[in-house]
Amino acid sequence: MITIELPRALGVQVNGDNAVRLDSGDMTVKDALAELGRISPPALDRLINERGEVRQHVNLFVDDENIRFLEGLDSRLQDGSTLFVLAAISGG
Amino acid sequence: MKDSGAAKNGSEVVLLVGTMKGAFVFRSDPSRKNWRMEGPHFRGESVYSLFHDARGGRNRTFAAATSMIWGGTLRTSDDFGNTWSEPDQHSVRFPEDSGLALAQIWQVTAGHPSEPDVLYCGVEPAALFKSTDAGDSWTPVEGLLKHEQRPRWQPGAGGLCLHTIITDPKDSNRMLIAISAAGVYRTDDGGHTWIPRNVGVRAEFLPDKYPEFGQCVHKVVHHPARPERLFLQNHWGLYRSDDWGESWQDIANGVPSDFGFAMAMHPQQQDTVYIVPLESDMFRCTPEAKLRVYRTTDAGQTWEALTGGLPQSDAYETVLRDCLATDSLDAAGVYFGTRSGKLFGSSDEGSTWNEIAGNLPPIVCVKTAVVAT
Repeated sequence: MITIELPRALGVQVNGDNAVRLDSGDMTVKDALAELGRISPPALDRLINERGEVRQHVNLFVDDENIRFLEGLDSRLQDGSTLFVLAAISGG
Repeated sequence: MKDSGAAKNGSEVVLLVGTMKGAFVFRSDPSRKNWRMEGPHFRGESVYSLFHDARGGRNRTFAAATSMIWGGTLRTSDDFGNTWSEPDQHSVRFPEDSGLALAQIWQVTAGHPSEPDVLYCGVEPAALFKSTDAGDSWTPVEGLLKHEQRPRWQPGAGGLCLHTIITDPKDSNRMLIAISAAGVYRTDDGGHTWIPRNVGVRAEFLPDKYPEFGQCVHKVVHHPARPERLFLQNHWGLYRSDDWGESWQDIANGVPSDFGFAMAMHPQQQDTVYIVPLESDMFRCTPEAKLRVYRTTDAGQTWEALTGGLPQSDAYETVLRDCLATDSLDAAGVYFGTRSGKLFGSSDEGSTWNEIAGNLPPIVCVKTAVVAT
């Protein structure tokens, strides 16, 4: 089981929950986001731009590590992993 | 035909005000003395473009709301903001093979009068999108998207933005757009080909001061009754063209600075234009710390300062490119918003001004509509 934790600020819930659970034991972050997009197209649209890139001020963590310091969207999620979607500390 | 304030009993004047932290809607009866504020809509999101479309029996307001985190979305409301659409997917999207990604929507405007379901929007990175279904779906105008000069277009401080769209009421195949900093381009064949139209417009920041393209045009306006006459506020320079942009003449006659962003056309008078000059691109505040709107009534031969009710000391204000607008009543209402969050309005064509709101977030867009009640 892999869990995707979405921020409330995203304003998108899946079945009334901010957590999406994927019945998979091993997948990349890119695959997990594709699965999220099938469940909730608006959620994916707000995380990824037309070029398939993570938006500049969105941070994705596999458990406690930012994917920027792993292998980006090719980072691996293992059974029991959580993919955290977080808004960066940016603004003005 | 002129709109008469008296004849507009039963109508309402609406100001659509975009800020860095959301959109506000102000409403007044045609006297335009007392305004009722609603909002903010899209709290925390910048709203650089608003547009009200009353064609085709619609009463639809468009708002380009951009979240720094989650990206930009074009929202619509058919009840002036009581409810807004929440699209599943961003409707203004670059095709995957373009290699581009939407940064911001800078302008939404109506298409040719004969095509009431057509709208255009200008975006950053610079591109023009067209809708033929009243804004439900959008596709890029390929002739501009794949323009051979695109690789040499350079962004200004606001990004590489297509911020001005002008249609020709006499010819649905003709359209003029402006990009910072690529300059003015015109199509005469419905968007298939685009020719730069910048002859006479100075590019102070380039070695060649009069290049074919690359100018940092800030705003262009015209009057629908005389569409070939264009007025242009440049990044340094104030110009007029009488031939649809084939050539431009300097009309900075008597203004304290020919630098500025905002420019608005009088709704009835073909030779009357409003601007708000700013002191230099290094300072970008009102000259001499006086907040002055300038008006020409003779197509730029002369300009007069409009100061009634505006602060004339210690006023270090900035008015951005889409923050000056007129309404369609007679006498015309004129409105502008500042980066310091002040919204001013005049119900007598600019002779006297009142502060409508003084403590808004930084204002980046002011648009008007006169609607039936």
